[in-house]
Amino acid sequence: MKQMRQEWEGFTGGHWVDEINVRDFIQKNYTPYDGDSSFLVDPTEATKKLWADVMDLAKQEREAGGVLDMDTKVVSSLVSHGAGYIEKDLEKIVGLQTDKPFKRALMPYGGLRMAEKACSDNGYTVDPEIKHIFTEYRKTHNAGVFDVYTPEMRAARTAHILTGLPDAYGRGRIIGDYRRVALYGVDRLIEDKKEQKAFYTCPMTEEKIRAREEISEQIRALENLKKMAEIYGCDISQPAVTAKEAVQAVYFGYLGAVKDQNGAAMSLGRTSTFLDIYFERDFKLGRLTETEAQELIDHFIMKLRLVRFARTPEYNSLFSGDPQWVTESLGGIGVDGRHMVTKNSFRYLHTLENLGTSPEPNMTVLWSTRLPSGWKEYCAKISINTSSVQYENDDLMRPIHGDDYAIACCVSSMVVGKEMQFFGARANLAKCLLYAINGGVDEISGVQVAPKYRPVTSEYLDYDEVMEKYDDMMTWLAELYVNTLNIIHYMHDKYCYESLQMALHDREVKRYFATGIAGISVVADSLSAIKYAKVKTVRNEQGIVVDYVIEGDFPKYGNDDDRVDEIAQQILNKFMDKIRQQHTYRNGLPTTSILTITSNVVYGKKTGSTPDGRKQGVPLAPGANPMHGRDTHGASASLSSVSKLQFSNAQDGISNTFSIIPDALGKDGGVFVGDLDIDALCPSCSNIPNTSDNDRD
Amino acid sequence: MIGYIHSTESFGTVDGPGIRFVVFFQGCPLRCLYCHNPDTWEFHGKNPEAGKEVTAEEILDMYDGVKEFLKGGGLTCTGGEPMAQLPFLTELFRKAHERGIHTCLDTSGITFTPDHTEAYEELIKYTDVIMLDIKHIDDEEHKKLTGHSNRNILAFAQFLSERKKELWIRHVVVPGITYNEEYLHRLGEFISTLKSVKALDVLPYHDMGKAKYQNLGLKYVLADTEPLPKEEAAKARDIIMSGIRDGLAKERNNNQ
Repeated sequence: MKQMRQEWEGFTGGHWVDEINVRDFIQKNYTPYDGDSSFLVDPTEATKKLWADVMDLAKQEREAGGVLDMDTKVVSSLVSHGAGYIEKDLEKIVGLQTDKPFKRALMPYGGLRMAEKACSDNGYTVDPEIKHIFTEYRKTHNAGVFDVYTPEMRAARTAHILTGLPDAYGRGRIIGDYRRVALYGVDRLIEDKKEQKAFYTCPMTEEKIRAREEISEQIRALENLKKMAEIYGCDISQPAVTAKEAVQAVYFGYLGAVKDQNGAAMSLGRTSTFLDIYFERDFKLGRLTETEAQELIDHFIMKLRLVRFARTPEYNSLFSGDPQWVTESLGGIGVDGRHMVTKNSFRYLHTLENLGTSPEPNMTVLWSTRLPSGWKEYCAKISINTSSVQYENDDLMRPIHGDDYAIACCVSSMVVGKEMQFFGARANLAKCLLYAINGGVDEISGVQVAPKYRPVTSEYLDYDEVMEKYDDMMTWLAELYVNTLNIIHYMHDKYCYESLQMALHDREVKRYFATGIAGISVVADSLSAIKYAKVKTVRNEQGIVVDYVIEGDFPKYGNDDDRVDEIAQQILNKFMDKIRQQHTYRNGLPTTSILTITSNVVYGKKTGSTPDGRKQGVPLAPGANPMHGRDTHGASASLSSVSKLQFSNAQDGISNTFSIIPDALGKDGGVFVGDLDIDALCPSCSNIPNTSDNDRD
Repeated sequence: MIGYIHSTESFGTVDGPGIRFVVFFQGCPLRCLYCHNPDTWEFHGKNPEAGKEVTAEEILDMYDGVKEFLKGGGLTCTGGEPMAQLPFLTELFRKAHERGIHTCLDTSGITFTPDHTEAYEELIKYTDVIMLDIKHIDDEEHKKLTGHSNRNILAFAQFLSERKKELWIRHVVVPGITYNEEYLHRLGEFISTLKSVKALDVLPYHDMGKAKYQNLGLKYVLADTEPLPKEEAAKARDIIMSGIRDGLAKERNNNQ
């Protein structure tokens, strides 16, 4: 057994002392908090001043058309820039992506063209020398992919039956265990990585060669991480001693990642309860006050809000904004039954009050019915006041991942430091149905994209015939899709490897091979229309079906009606099985998601009219949502249809976007008098009786 | 037994405690000027096109499909006027209770017959909460507003009070009709005589039903009436509350 180090004094030992095991450290040391939010404090003067500076910069950024400054010369790395500050003397937590706040870094490894375009679309030009280097000497991920793509893959991509593929930008969705930096110090992590490297000995198979090279890259990244901290005058080679050092170390870990990678989602993990252990120790030692504690978190969160990437307008339109997905997972229940809410969980949410609302970092509450009521109430309050909290079902994910998983992006769950994901965008199943009907010819371009299967030739669609053809077309699509992703992830590993993030993972990592599907509700309704109503085809001069006329009514997904909900389930289960039949790169474990939250609009634009009556160009429903306006039995029925989709076959997440006007969520406390007790209404009382916000449990 | 309903809503949050499955009955004898569901007025008996046929089992099966979302809530019948289909309503609530479902009735009380209460005695056995919508406290004004006297409605309130049935009083505050200090105060005084009122639900008038009138080819009499702002509704509530207090004070003085 290794010695308890002096930095760990006051902590309870365990496996975590001998091995890199953050979860064990948390479980042995954290203090569940059952109280309410009354202990929280207002921002300090320093926080207010810094935030005012940030708001001022944000205003300048907006006025400049969305981008304030961009690097065009310096290729971003952990050590590419000198120290940058908002206002050095006030910042408790330091570190910026470049040498100035809001200045976007240049990151060409994912793809030079994307990096160039991100600059040119915003009025900047990449230095010719950089262009020369990344054209003549250094290949990018994007260049690698296009060297290998087959004509069929390119056609499917152009036709948008495969969409949003991470072949020209960073795939993201990997969460480094940034807590390790604080708990162990970088030197110990390097030592551990060296041991891991030694594990791979002769014979030198390709797999082992790759492993040794990757670990070498990881060690180099860790060395650079130390240097990056040194630029800010910090030493993170050893474990953190104080709460401040711990927060700073976690942030440096994350900062290294966002200097290294412009990923589609760069999530933070599950840090609040981990850091709470340091806070509690400092409280006990009398070296921290609540005001100081909140200030550390406020400054940390403020830094996370500053994260920016250089992106193109097309990218932003696909994601409806410029998201970074700095997701932090809060709360949840431990496998031993104790909830994992700590005072620090409250402090994180409280930043939405101290600094105002913000979509980033994406505060995600791992919800369970068994969470303590003080926490539930605070979450509800912050949700009502800020609309900035995301909730995910811990009771559903805990049995799969245990209690140290976190959410990457919006819904992708993974055990921190032990699991990662190959992000795979989506296949458009609605378009696939049209291909089945048209024998692989694209309904918009008229190009033969899929194989020339027999098209439907009858005037009216026959359910059994369409289903059979659809099954064949899904088989084609699943195979093409997974193989396209195999190429993408091979090249991403080769030319744009996430060395720092993977340095904060175990040696043996479980890789989820994520796929995604779009248009499930359109498909379900289309097949339902074919089955329960009569659907007539409308063909253009080339004989391609371009529109449909529906005669009669049919059950629609979103109304808790099994006749159609079962079709949706069946399609998901079928497609997932077809995905599972494929060979996946690095033996990734296939998953799928149904979670287009914004990109459904773009996908709809590229999809012709569908047999459910949806016209060409009309947005698909987001994620697993029913089509707009077709769920006519209220939210419970709508949610019930969605919840019938089998989670084990869509383990990367099922989303249902749901908005509701506040007045439809319950009674207004100003008007409704609940708990009215006539007997207790003493005539001499001058007060109106209890008018609580919501008197219902 | 067959009932006629207009529609169902599986996520009702403003019609009783918790999240509720709400059944809108078809048919109502009242013609309230501000009604936002005129499409539920016509009775199936009069117009065979009106309403959908359902059985109690069918409704409860729909309920079961979404019951995970309704924990802490239950079943609410509204309309239309649910009590206009009293035997069906009673059967529905009885069967709901057999399945352990909390029941709530949103009614105007208009069908109540003080001389023949047996069927109502039976109904309230299976009813957990009654939300009684008192349209207007003044009988003459009530007639103008709804086309009917409020006598039986107030009698229904007393009937429920005597039986200690949990009662929520609802009242729509309409500018120029019920938004009147005297009437609101009188309403409060009347409420003070009831023994089992557990909540007062003041509903500010809104005109979201307007479009439905157009679609149905009906005239919307309150076309020029502005929706009541929330702050005004809070004032109305305060007046009703003061009426309740004054009523209680009066009663205490009488008893002394």
